[in-house]
Amino acid sequence: MQHVDGNAIAGPLAEFFAFDATTAVARCNGCGSVAELARAMVYTSPAGSVLRCAECDQVLATLVESEDRAWIGFSGVSAIEVRRG
Amino acid sequence: MSFITRGFSGRSRERDDRLPPGQTLVHDFPVLSAGPTPDVDTAEWEFTIRTEAGVHRWNWDEFMSLKIDDVDTDIHCVTHWSKLGTRWRGVSLDTLFDDVETQLDYVMAHSYGGYTTNIPLDELLDGKAWVAFEFDGEPLDPEHGGPARLLVPHLYFWKSAKWVRGLEMMDQDEPGFWEQNGYHLHGDPWKEERYW
Amino acid sequence: MSDATATTSSSPAGYAGSALAAVPRAGWHVGTVAAVRRETPNAARLELEVETWPGNAAGQHLDVRLTAPDGYTATRSYSIASSGPSTRVVLAIDKLPDGEVSPFLVDEVRVGDQVEVHGPLGAFFVWRPDGAPHASTRARPVQLIGGGSGIVPLYAMAQAHHDALDLTPFRMLYSVRTPDDLYFADELMALEASDAFRLDLVYTRRIPEGWPTPAGRVTREGLASAALPADERPIVYVCGSTGFVERVASWLIELGHDPRDIRTERFGGL
Repeated sequence: MQHVDGNAIAGPLAEFFAFDATTAVARCNGCGSVAELARAMVYTSPAGSVLRCAECDQVLATLVESEDRAWIGFSGVSAIEVRRG
Repeated sequence: MSFITRGFSGRSRERDDRLPPGQTLVHDFPVLSAGPTPDVDTAEWEFTIRTEAGVHRWNWDEFMSLKIDDVDTDIHCVTHWSKLGTRWRGVSLDTLFDDVETQLDYVMAHSYGGYTTNIPLDELLDGKAWVAFEFDGEPLDPEHGGPARLLVPHLYFWKSAKWVRGLEMMDQDEPGFWEQNGYHLHGDPWKEERYW
Repeated sequence: MSDATATTSSSPAGYAGSALAAVPRAGWHVGTVAAVRRETPNAARLELEVETWPGNAAGQHLDVRLTAPDGYTATRSYSIASSGPSTRVVLAIDKLPDGEVSPFLVDEVRVGDQVEVHGPLGAFFVWRPDGAPHASTRARPVQLIGGGSGIVPLYAMAQAHHDALDLTPFRMLYSVRTPDDLYFADELMALEASDAFRLDLVYTRRIPEGWPTPAGRVTREGLASAALPADERPIVYVCGSTGFVERVASWLIELGHDPRDIRTERFGGL
């Protein structure tokens, strides 16, 4: 099963954020690499999607969806940044 | 919103009375992954059990010299698929815990690649769990968890940690990877313990 | 019968300003199939009329959700071939051999059918005539590199570039198996009439009659000769299977392109 990238989860992320989160920038707690979520490696299956740092493979975030609920966890990221005005 | 797409039915979803609620019978073996497949050479492989007293270790040869069971069992994935009568070979957790002393009741399973999952110790003993290295008569494929995975068939299959490398005793039940991210702490398919 | 080619004009109005407002907000909509035709032996071009569609930028995608009578749902992402404010949304869908959704959309769907769509999605893999989403306001030349169905969002960008009468140099390198597998063949030929657009085709399995090079995959050397060189500092968009994207992206870096100037979209697979 091949991985994809953060673009693939723009849809599920839209359920949590009022803006497109794939351009949101995050810093990996593991290696310090700073990049847009679209650049993360994404391992996706019916169990959920796992976003991993493209540099060090550490888990940045996880997305799980059930019929009526969804969960997002940012275990490997200290903060996310969006650009304004 | 109840919206049915004309003409769409999706893959066939076979029901079966022998399945837990909400499960569908499959005949293939879906691969679900949370990351890249670890590449573990049996020459470097090690299995450990870490207790409050110390660490028990087995390398691959030592592991293979333990009593090996043939297991025929049903498995159930939280993503709604089940397989009946799957055949495995592995070492029972009863065999591994034979010489292990611990007062602690909970286990965190750790895998090569960083995956974790939690299980109460009494749900790994008494013939309930194995460290399995063969599936369907063949060495366990890396994409299915080879060289060895945990096999705990009475719980949802995310508890059967692929690429298992060891067990860590805990005094409390702490959530592992999926359990931290939305999945149920226990995971009994007969009670449909899927999510928080 | 109307021409199935949906060309739309891109509209910067409402897209300028902060990244937060840079693309319309995603939402769930109902799309009605307005037209469906075979694009290649293995793919269909689908036009959806989406009444509540807020418009989309070139390169964005949407998620299509199908629901079976027992409530089972399957959702898949598809790149949008059209862009701009139009409510006519064009998709080009590749039928996957073991697919659950694509065989339905390619072989079963009929004009008048309705599907749920979530979008527009994705603000990263986007090209706009005003130079956004890049910080520099001076428009950079653009290199598009697509493998197979990965060409869909790149075609949307090339068409938007044309419709905006944008003179930014655009090059497209398109890798396909055979001449029968070309998506948007007529449209691409029309785009080639402009000096601001250059198309390089690579056939990996079978070449057309008289083609000067034998069939074969894109190589590092081929990429070096077809693509805009690193010292022209193009923004590069690469789309296709994961294997294709990662091979091409690593070569681009070896050829001196800044990784930050390379935007990738992986469709999975080798």
